[in-house]
Amino acid sequence: MTSVRERPWVRFGLQRLGGLLLSFAVLVAVTFVIVPLIPGDPAVAVAGLEADGAEIARIRQELGLDQPLHVQFLDYVGGLLTLDLGTSFASGQDVATVILARLPFTAELALFAITLVLVISVPAGMFVAFLTHGGRRPWLDHLFNVVTSLVYAVPQYVMATMLVVVFAVGLGWFPAAGAETVSSLVLPTLALMLLPTCVVSRVVRRETAVVLDQDYIRTARGWRIGRLRLFGRYVLPNVITTTLTLSGLILAAQLGGAVVIETVFAFPGLGQGIVEAILSRDYPVIRGTILVLGLMATLILVVVDVILAVIDPRSMEDDHG
Amino acid sequence: MTATLETRGLHVSFGRTPVLRDVNVTVPAHTAVGLVGESGSGKSTLGKTVVGINTPRQGQVLVHGEDVFAVSRRRRAAMRRQVQYIPQDPFSSLSPRRTVGQTLAEALDPVRARPADHEEAIVHALEQVRLDAGAMRKYPHQFSGGQRQRIAIARALVVQPRLVIADEITSALDVSVQAEIVALLRSLERTMEASLLFISHNLAVVQALCEHVVVMYRGAIVEQGRVDDVYRDPKHDYTRTLLASVPGSEGFHLD
Amino acid sequence: MGSGRWTASMIGGVVLGLGLVAVAVVAPIALAGPAAQLSGDAGQGPGPEHLLGTDNLGRDNLARALVATRLTLLMTTATTVVAVVGGIVVGVGIWLSGPRVRKVALRLLETAVAYPSLVFALVIAAILRPGVVSSVVAIGVAGIPSFARLTANLAAKISTSDYVTTARLLGVPTWAIAVRHTLPNMAEPLLILATTVFALSMVELSALSFIGLGVQSPSYDFGLLLNESLTQIYTQPTSVVGPSIMIVLTGLAVMLLGDALAARANPRGVRPAVRRPSAPAVVPVPADDGALVRVGNLRVGVPGGPELVRGVSFTIEPGEVVALVGESGSGKSLTAMSVAGLQSEELEMHADVLRVGELNMLGQPDAGRLGREIAVVYQDPGSTFNPSLRMGVQLTEVLRSHLGMGSGRARKLVTEALARVNISEPAQRLRQHPHKLSGGMRQRCMIATTMVTTPKLIVADEPTTALDVTVQHEVLRQFRRIHREQGTAMLFISHDLGVVEALCDRILVMKEGEIVERLTPDRLRSRDVHHPYTKALMEAVPVVDVAPLQGSA
Repeated sequence: MTSVRERPWVRFGLQRLGGLLLSFAVLVAVTFVIVPLIPGDPAVAVAGLEADGAEIARIRQELGLDQPLHVQFLDYVGGLLTLDLGTSFASGQDVATVILARLPFTAELALFAITLVLVISVPAGMFVAFLTHGGRRPWLDHLFNVVTSLVYAVPQYVMATMLVVVFAVGLGWFPAAGAETVSSLVLPTLALMLLPTCVVSRVVRRETAVVLDQDYIRTARGWRIGRLRLFGRYVLPNVITTTLTLSGLILAAQLGGAVVIETVFAFPGLGQGIVEAILSRDYPVIRGTILVLGLMATLILVVVDVILAVIDPRSMEDDHG
Repeated sequence: MTATLETRGLHVSFGRTPVLRDVNVTVPAHTAVGLVGESGSGKSTLGKTVVGINTPRQGQVLVHGEDVFAVSRRRRAAMRRQVQYIPQDPFSSLSPRRTVGQTLAEALDPVRARPADHEEAIVHALEQVRLDAGAMRKYPHQFSGGQRQRIAIARALVVQPRLVIADEITSALDVSVQAEIVALLRSLERTMEASLLFISHNLAVVQALCEHVVVMYRGAIVEQGRVDDVYRDPKHDYTRTLLASVPGSEGFHLD
Repeated sequence: MGSGRWTASMIGGVVLGLGLVAVAVVAPIALAGPAAQLSGDAGQGPGPEHLLGTDNLGRDNLARALVATRLTLLMTTATTVVAVVGGIVVGVGIWLSGPRVRKVALRLLETAVAYPSLVFALVIAAILRPGVVSSVVAIGVAGIPSFARLTANLAAKISTSDYVTTARLLGVPTWAIAVRHTLPNMAEPLLILATTVFALSMVELSALSFIGLGVQSPSYDFGLLLNESLTQIYTQPTSVVGPSIMIVLTGLAVMLLGDALAARANPRGVRPAVRRPSAPAVVPVPADDGALVRVGNLRVGVPGGPELVRGVSFTIEPGEVVALVGESGSGKSLTAMSVAGLQSEELEMHADVLRVGELNMLGQPDAGRLGREIAVVYQDPGSTFNPSLRMGVQLTEVLRSHLGMGSGRARKLVTEALARVNISEPAQRLRQHPHKLSGGMRQRCMIATTMVTTPKLIVADEPTTALDVTVQHEVLRQFRRIHREQGTAMLFISHDLGVVEALCDRILVMKEGEIVERLTPDRLRSRDVHHPYTKALMEAVPVVDVAPLQGSA
């Protein structure tokens, strides 16, 4: 009996490990090709047109461009294995150090936002679905649709700018930039979370409505269970699975949002770092940062998968494809 | 006379699960054969294997005496056209964006599929299933479930096949619509050249429609013969249980 | 394709969209001067001359925001084309390729989709020099994986449909299947998805310009304007208004259009709930009325629409088994659900009398009493039990909620009942999830629980329809057994005359919301029916004939 129960976990683990390795391979490949794909001579592109031959030669050597492509790739992978991500052109610092200095800020921001999004949108979506089910309270249905659509139509950087204008410039409640104090986290978090909150609560609402129309809810109604129990025991577990799957993707996408938000608030995270790096063509930093952002996205999805498997063991049995 | 269809020692598995085990079925020429069994018995899989949706692990499928797997690709494609398959659900078997004429034309000429080239044949096929010629220019959503099933039958008949495989084609329909389709098939049997392999879980419909019956259970054939003989004097225990489970039959008791 | 009705959101979307296109065409010509003119009055606030003020070079903010519409819309359109065309090519390509390639490609797509597309766009922006073309390429290419996945999903769904299978069997070449079946049937959902891509592209293109990696001065789009306004946010806060509003308006227009298209393709008929007049939960039963269930002149209908049950009256005596027979749309299930007190809230319901025992089903009887006195058994298409809860929790629900039993006692009683309906390893079954049991087993479980709760009435709605005949036989035996052992009254819904003839004491034939004939099993057996519909129904069902030949051979 136990072996039957354990097997899906083993298979699930192996599958996720496989997926993780694949994701990592794709990341490594994508970050590697950035430099060879630069049109013209990458070294010239990096050094600028006014640079002299010696400077270009130095950069060419630094990037390993004097080597054949496969050697460059092996060097790159070898470096990654020893956590050697190269040296920043701009600051001359070790790339790993540069990234490690910025990582906590982005992680903090993303974590705050994700937590708030889930804590607010899951109950809100369910509550609205429950209150409006079967055509009841049409006004609430409309209100919810209008509010979420309006917020949805406002991109995060516009939202961020508006928040700055109102709360930092106008009211002066929170700082407009930086990351020195806790209060300086308020506006970036708010700017980052509003849009996904709307998206996720819409998803949750739709999923709840779908579950409420299922045969098994009809069965449970036939047992005349109280509303609270029906909701907590029979609806919630079925909503959570689909919601988490979709939320995982939405939340991973928020890393992209973080890049933009950090620019607005001059927040010293990875997003701001990569924008600076791209502008100054600091390829070692670009490669490293994209690698780290990609890993974070993968990590979010793996965590979601694991949570799903714990809540609903059947989800392990679904194979991709 | 050569049988229209014969399977010899057919084995089919999905992954490691055997679904058909040593299936030998014969459909004589100009004959309607019923294939009965419960869900999971493999009756549908057998139909799909004969038309080529599933591939057997082992065994032969002979259409008019020719082994489908032993001939050239080209020949096999031609042979496949002689065996027409009608799926269960009339709502998913017709492309929603194609007119009935286009759907039938595609059956006649898979490459060009122009209804204008085959107007006569299409109108004739529609008449056979008691739909008027105007149906040609309509889309599937303009028809009821029973009418759609007739269109699917027309698509099978229009290529003048040797064998029609009907896979539970009356199961999704209301009883009165089911009766219409059964009546239609009965009248077609008299005029049609093709043999019919009628897959169904409904023993009564099979009796109304077929001369022969094949009883399947867990992927194997337990009994086959003339319908009246099998129903009156079943040899196998499972056939007996099956017949006794039909409400209104002799062995049916609830106490 | 749906009704051609114009909804408010559709009108709003079209008007906004056309307005924006008009601005994109006209503004760069009409406002070229104020948008580019370097005037002396730099950094001005809003005034009559400059409604939204001027930027730090003295150019009119409003004019610049309007002029930027053209470049933004052009770039967004180009980006959408790149993402959509690329996505369709990749998606259809994956579907056309062999199973091995398909599996790997889908896996790669899954991986690609998981990455934030903006981060992916940054990679491309890092390779190319920032500018209009590289922005379009970056955001467009970054959008390909997700659109390809959607296309591949749609294509997969269509390519496994019966009509494509049939076309394949007919020998239709692969290209013809793609052109005739796959693409036309994908067109509508893809168009709707394309509006989403357009909105997202606009947002992301502007984001790229906003962080300085997109459009470069002297060209400008909404994003770059917003970026420039941010630098002077303390001195000139009104300068953010123009680009912000334009971005939001564009997004809103596209969203409204997309919603309207989706609503046309997929009308969602949500009807408002009906407020039922309040009625007492319990009605007195006259002393001379021995019936357990009394239904008088029951009418059920869509508010303002057709009546689906039209004046149905019948009674069920204690211990009597009554059948409602009819085809789909006859109103038999609606009648049964009204009796069970489980009618949909979107339907209107009236009756002179509708009671079960003394419970008034026109009012709101106590949930506990309903749970104890009326049991409901549904058809089992595999979804009657909650997939994420174990059988034990669900089967003991009524005992625990309404009969005040502890979990242990309830489980013990249910286990015994499961054994009585011939379910093997009953204790084991309670620990399993529903999908581990067969349909017949689940149906017998449902019946077993009613053995323990001993209701006065069982309402069974097509309980054997989804089952195989041998399983149906076994389930019907269990119904008969409950009836024999506990004398429970039943309202049994079926379309199968054979089934009801064997099980029921009285048979009510329904057609189009009315009872057209009332029969006994004996009359049905001897074919003594009068109504033409009943006759037609009886003739429509072929009967297995196993009687010995009577001379006629």
